[in-house]
Amino acid sequence: MPLNLSYAGRALAPTAPYRVGREKIREFAEAIGADDAAYHDPAAARALGHPDVIAPPTFPVLITMPVSKIITDDPELGMDYLRIVHGDQRFAYVRPVRAGDELICRSTVEKVSSRAGLDSVTIRLEIEAAGGEPVVTVWSRLVARADDAQAED
Amino acid sequence: MEPGYQFPTQTYVVTRADLNRYCGASLDFNPIHWSDRIASKAGLPGVIAHGMYTMALAGRALTTWAGDPAAVLDFNVRFTRPVLVPDDEAGAEVTISGSVRSVADDGSAQIDITAVSAGEKVLGQARATIRVGRVGDPGR
Repeated sequence: MPLNLSYAGRALAPTAPYRVGREKIREFAEAIGADDAAYHDPAAARALGHPDVIAPPTFPVLITMPVSKIITDDPELGMDYLRIVHGDQRFAYVRPVRAGDELICRSTVEKVSSRAGLDSVTIRLEIEAAGGEPVVTVWSRLVARADDAQAED
Repeated sequence: MEPGYQFPTQTYVVTRADLNRYCGASLDFNPIHWSDRIASKAGLPGVIAHGMYTMALAGRALTTWAGDPAAVLDFNVRFTRPVLVPDDEAGAEVTISGSVRSVADDGSAQIDITAVSAGEKVLGQARATIRVGRVGDPGR
């Protein structure tokens, strides 16, 4: 199953809004051991000038990972999804994600490459709040050993 | 804050219980993060931490150094080696260190990050831009 290099440039329809909840932020922050008051306590967040609790920097994976999976699972891309590992990850913020946000995600396949036995896809995911307000742009690069590199199976 | 400044190294412990909890919080239930059997089948020595868990620890270091939970403006990593997490109480240790690469006119600082577990670098090309000394201003 060779990688379909012409898949680059594809875009998915924007996702349905993800409603960011205080308790989900708190749960995520606790799971990574982040005890900053602004992630847990609305009053503390407001004291720092935020309208509600804010989320830790990597929180948007809750929104972007399912989108990336739709792309990497697409048979038309031709990636061996059983062998996929995370290559790179980037977040470029306009402002922190916060409780009450209704976030949508617009995704585009930025790059597809096959080199030295490694298939790689780079996805750009733009997260917007209500009214199209840009919040954060996320890039994920996912890599998988190409079919012809399967030596051990 | 000046180029070359070294932030205090942050050391974090990751146990199997932490990974299970992160599976639930992040909704990433890939079995290589909880099953030795399936991790072995995938060619790994055992259960490994989520790459995004390691990145989250680096994020904690950044906000700790900045003194501001909203400090991170840009944050990029490459996952170069997995963090192996043994099935015991001690878990794995991840140490995050950082130094200032440059400071922009607007006061934001570019940080080079190093993440090490079991003596190996687990992140590559890890870099962030953080806002420094502007706690209380949620705008950019």
